[in-house]
Amino acid sequence: MNDMLLAIEPQIAALRRYARALVGNAATADDLVQDCLEKAVSHWHQRRDGDPRPWLFAILHNLAVSQFRRQAARGPHVAIDDAGEHDLRQDAVQENQLICRDVLEKLSRLPEELRAVLLLVAVEDLSYAGAAAVLGIPIGTVMSRLSRARERLQQELMGTRSAAKAPVQLRSVK
Amino acid sequence: MNQRPISEDDLNAHVDGVLEEERRAEVAAYLDGHPDVAARIAAYSAQRELLRSALAPIADEPLPPQLNLRRLIENRRRPRPSWGAAVAALILVFIGGLAGWGVRGAVQPPGAGLAALAQEASYSFGVYAPDRVRPVEIRATDSEQLVQWVSNRLHQPVKVPDLTNSGYRLMGGRLVATSHGPAAMFMYDDDRGQRLVILTRPMQTDQNKPMAPLSGDSVSGFAWADDGLGYGLVGQATPEQLKPIADDARRQMRAI
Repeated sequence: MNDMLLAIEPQIAALRRYARALVGNAATADDLVQDCLEKAVSHWHQRRDGDPRPWLFAILHNLAVSQFRRQAARGPHVAIDDAGEHDLRQDAVQENQLICRDVLEKLSRLPEELRAVLLLVAVEDLSYAGAAAVLGIPIGTVMSRLSRARERLQQELMGTRSAAKAPVQLRSVK
Repeated sequence: MNQRPISEDDLNAHVDGVLEEERRAEVAAYLDGHPDVAARIAAYSAQRELLRSALAPIADEPLPPQLNLRRLIENRRRPRPSWGAAVAALILVFIGGLAGWGVRGAVQPPGAGLAALAQEASYSFGVYAPDRVRPVEIRATDSEQLVQWVSNRLHQPVKVPDLTNSGYRLMGGRLVATSHGPAAMFMYDDDRGQRLVILTRPMQTDQNKPMAPLSGDSVSGFAWADDGLGYGLVGQATPEQLKPIADDARRQMRAI
């Protein structure tokens, strides 16, 4: 029990950050992290030895994906909660950094699978193999998604995507 | 030159700083000779730093009580109410409702004074304190929003007392319905996960009342009224433990 506390507790802050950046809403994200922690505690004996981070992030990510699916099934839906003060943008305003607000807003426009890879690798410092384990995809796919995520986010930041949505979609079909 | 060609993967690994020393030098040399690629990679590195600093504050936020791992482990040890028990409780409530309908008119209308408030506080404790999923509507992290909300709905400024001196942390609160209109409920818990609630609402009668103990089957608490607002504090601790907390809460909530 003590080794479980020591292994999980230091990761909670990072799990929260990943969840919030992935789903965009603080309350939803914290609910996901709570579910993740409960699952981690009850399945602790099933983890493999070594770094617990990929295991924890995988639990969290799978919960987030189920959440996205439920949302998609319900159709586009903005919970009243979303109108609250604690979404990403507002937090960034409190930081009084317009530039941060901008990058987070643009990050939220990336497709979820690109956003996940970028966050795991560039923000949470998971190895490429670790990110592959979290997402249940081959490393090659991690690399190509990482590349696309960076390219897309850069286009967003340069403001070149807003006018070019349709052509980009066509290009990805080729 | 028998060097492997520089791939997009190498460039990304360069941005993430995970290349072996030798390969890193090769990529650096490649970038020196390809200013357009170097510019793109520099932009990706800047983007990486930007993301990290934009998201760093989230990890610095204090953890809300429901993400307290020790507490989650503690809660797991307690048996959860089973579905069977929940269904049985619902059936009882239904039967109770029918019985109540049968004797309608025979019972006295509930008092509007302090006794009614104490009853409402016990009900709120009974309903929300055992709730594992969403005991409160607005969490302590948004306490400003909570205070504003309930003050608006009660048309009175309401203050949330700080009970940390007694070992109880604010979890959050919600608006609850009573037969005397909306009431604000605040919930607290201590390190062992023991919860208490404070319920407050405007009083039509008993606008000022000294503190009186209330007793229930498994809960205890105190009720009082100051300047038109009534308060009920209910918990599972003993009356001796709750009395100083109630005194503290009264002192703080009166000071508006």
